[in-house]
Amino acid sequence: MRHTISVLVENEFGVLSRVAGLFSGRGFNIESLSVAETLDPTVSRMTIVTRGNEQILEQIMKQLNKLINVIKVIDFQKGECVEREMALIKVSVDDKNRSEVLSIVDIFRGKVVDVSSKAYTIEITGDEGKIKALIDLLLPMGIKEVVRTGKVAIARGTK
Amino acid sequence: MKKTGAQILIESLMKEGVDTIFGYPGGAVLNIYDELLNYPIKHILVRHEQGAAHAADGYARSTGKVGVCLATSGPGATNIVTGVATAYMDSIPMVVLTGQVPTMLIGNDAFQEADIVGITRPCTKHNYLVKDVKDLARIIKESFYIARTGRPGPVLIDLPKDVMIDSTEYHYPEEVKLRSYNPTYTGHPGQIKQAVSMILEAKRPLLYTGGGVILSNASDELTRFVNKLQLPITMTLMGLGAYPAKEKLSLGMLGMHGTYRANMAVTHCDLLVAIGARFDDRVTGKIAEFAPNAKIIHIDIDPTSISKNVRVDVPIVGDVKNVLTKMNELVKDDKGKWKGERKQWLAQIEEWDKTHPMGYKQDKKGPIKPQYVIEKIYELTKGDAIITTEVGQNQMWTAQFFPFNKPRTFVTSGGLGTMGFGFPAAIGAQVANPKKTVICMAGDGSIQMNIQELATAVQYRIPVKVAILNNHFLGMVRQWQELFFHRRYSYTCIDTTPDFVKVAEAYGAVGLRAKKVDEVEKIIKEALKVKDRPVFMDFQVDPEEGVYPMVPAGQPLSKMLLV
Repeated sequence: MRHTISVLVENEFGVLSRVAGLFSGRGFNIESLSVAETLDPTVSRMTIVTRGNEQILEQIMKQLNKLINVIKVIDFQKGECVEREMALIKVSVDDKNRSEVLSIVDIFRGKVVDVSSKAYTIEITGDEGKIKALIDLLLPMGIKEVVRTGKVAIARGTK
Repeated sequence: MKKTGAQILIESLMKEGVDTIFGYPGGAVLNIYDELLNYPIKHILVRHEQGAAHAADGYARSTGKVGVCLATSGPGATNIVTGVATAYMDSIPMVVLTGQVPTMLIGNDAFQEADIVGITRPCTKHNYLVKDVKDLARIIKESFYIARTGRPGPVLIDLPKDVMIDSTEYHYPEEVKLRSYNPTYTGHPGQIKQAVSMILEAKRPLLYTGGGVILSNASDELTRFVNKLQLPITMTLMGLGAYPAKEKLSLGMLGMHGTYRANMAVTHCDLLVAIGARFDDRVTGKIAEFAPNAKIIHIDIDPTSISKNVRVDVPIVGDVKNVLTKMNELVKDDKGKWKGERKQWLAQIEEWDKTHPMGYKQDKKGPIKPQYVIEKIYELTKGDAIITTEVGQNQMWTAQFFPFNKPRTFVTSGGLGTMGFGFPAAIGAQVANPKKTVICMAGDGSIQMNIQELATAVQYRIPVKVAILNNHFLGMVRQWQELFFHRRYSYTCIDTTPDFVKVAEAYGAVGLRAKKVDEVEKIIKEALKVKDRPVFMDFQVDPEEGVYPMVPAGQPLSKMLLV
C-alpha cells in the first residue's frame, strides 16, 4: 500500500538526514520527498510518499515520532487530503506539432514557461494521474527531459 | 560574568551531578582538559577511547546515573563509536562529548576531522553539533534530559574547538523545553485493567521481563507483583537480576541459551506478559512459533518496540515502574491461592526443571569446567558482587550459572554483543561503586580486545578482578563451527594467547593462574583479597566445553540442543 505521510519537523540542519537515515537504516522506502519551511520559520514540513503493509507503516509512523526533532506525523488516508505535484517538461517542437502541443497543454491547463525555436518547457500541476496522462500524450512528440517535484499534500476541510 | 565554552561545559556537567568523566585528551579538546584542572570533577584517563565509552556505560548501568565520556575529534571520536552503539542498543543513559575542529574548518577535511554527528546519527538517541557558545548550556541541559528520560540512550555532543574558547554569559537553564519530545509515562488505565484481568483469568500465565525493568528501577514493584500472584517469570539477558534468581518462581533466562523450563514455558503458556522487553531474535527464535498458544500483553515505554516483531493483544505504553505500581494496586494478595489448572501449570514447570535441569559435570581430576569457575565465584562472593561480562561463551555461562538476585549487579552487552566491553565496563562500575567487589567474566578472546585498560586500572588503583575462562579458542564461534560447520574450526583457534599472568605483572597488576580444579577456589580467594590493584585470573578451562541448552538460530524455542 502506498501512503502519503506529512511530517512536521524542527527547521534545523541535519533533520532531513535523520529522517532519510531512518528510512534507509530500517529498510523502508521513500518514493518521493519534498521539504520546505512552513508559515512558522522554525518548523519545516516534509511530505513523504512511501510504500509498505500495515505493520511497516505503523513502524514508520512510530519511528518518525521517536526522532527528537519530529514534532508531528500525519498519515493521510485516501480522500482525506488534496495531493499535488508539479512537473516541468521539455518537449521538442517543430512546425508540424507546435500547435498540437499547445492544445494538449491547454486541455491540461498547463503553461508554457519557456520557448525556443526547437522546444517548449511546460509547467503542469496536478495529481499523479494527470501528470502521467500528459507525459503519455507528449511522449510521441519527443520529451527531452522531465523534472518533477515530490508530492505535497494538505488535509481537506478546516483541519 | 562571561565564561568560556570549556568552563560552561564543565560547570554544566557539575550542575547535572556528574562526578566522573572517562576520557582521553587530544588537540581539539585541549581547552577542555586545561579547564578540567580547575574543577573538582574526577577524570579517569583511559588508554583507548573505546574504553572510555564502555567505562561510562558500566558506570551508568551499575548506578542508573548518566555516564559521561570525552574524546578528541577525528580518531578519538570514531574510536568511541562502538561504545556508543553498545549503549544505544541496550538503552543506557550516556552523554558522549567529542571534540571537533574549529567551526570555520568543518567540512574542509581538516586534520583530525570526522563528521561524528553524521557517523553516530543512527546509534545515538540524539546528537548535537554546537555551533555557537550561546547554545552550549541549553544543549547540555537537553542532552542529559534526553539521555535519562523516556527510553534512555546515549546523546552525543560535538564540541568545536573555537566554541570551547569563545565566551558568553552563563546561565544554566532550569528546565528543558522540547515541543517534539514527550515520552509517555503513565499507561492507559483501561488497558492496565484489562491486562490485570487477563492475568487473573489465565490458566498458564508467564511473565517475560527485560532490561526495561532495570532501567525503570522497577525491580521492587515487579517482585511484589510476581510474589502476590505467584506468577512464574523468565528474564532476558538484559533483565537478569530484576527478580531474584534464587526464588522458585524464577525460571531463569529464556531464548537461545535459556533454560529448558523457561523455553518450554514460553512455548506452552496461554498468556505472555512482556515487560520492558523487545522480542529480540535471540529471545524468540523462530518468530512464527514463539509463544504459539499465548495472548500477549506488552508493557514498554517505547511505542516502536510494541508490535515490531510480534503482534501484541494488549499494548501498554508507559514507564514500567508506573504501570506495575498501578497493577499492584489492582490486585489483591493472592499468594498461594493457585488452584486447578494454574496449580498444574506450576507443577508442569517444576517437572520440566526436574527432567532437564541446568548442569555440567566437574571431574575432580579432569580439566576445569568454566561453569565451575562461575559457581565458585558466586559461592565465594556470596553473590554480593557486580559482575560484568565480555561477549560469547563467558557471557552465556555467567547468565546461566551465576544467580543474579539484585538489579544492576549484572553488566553485559546484550543488544550489540560487543567483545571488549566487559573489562572497561568493570572499571566504570568499580569507580562508581568503590566498596563493591567487581568481577569481569572474560574469555581469552574478548579480554584482548581492550586489554590496554589494565594500565588505567593500575594507575587509579581500581581493584577489578578479571576471570579469564581461557580455552584458547574464540569459543562461541568455535561452538557454532562444531555444530553447524562440521567442526571446521576456521580461524577460531587462538592458542598463541599471551601469558596473562605475565601480562598482568608487566602492567603492575596481580596475575594468578589455575590449571587444576583444586586451584580454582584458591586463586579466587587470593584475588578477592587484593584491594589496591586489578587482578587477572587465568583459568585454563576445558577447551571444547559448549554452552547448552542451545536453540539453533531460526529454530523455535522448543527445539533445544541439550548437550
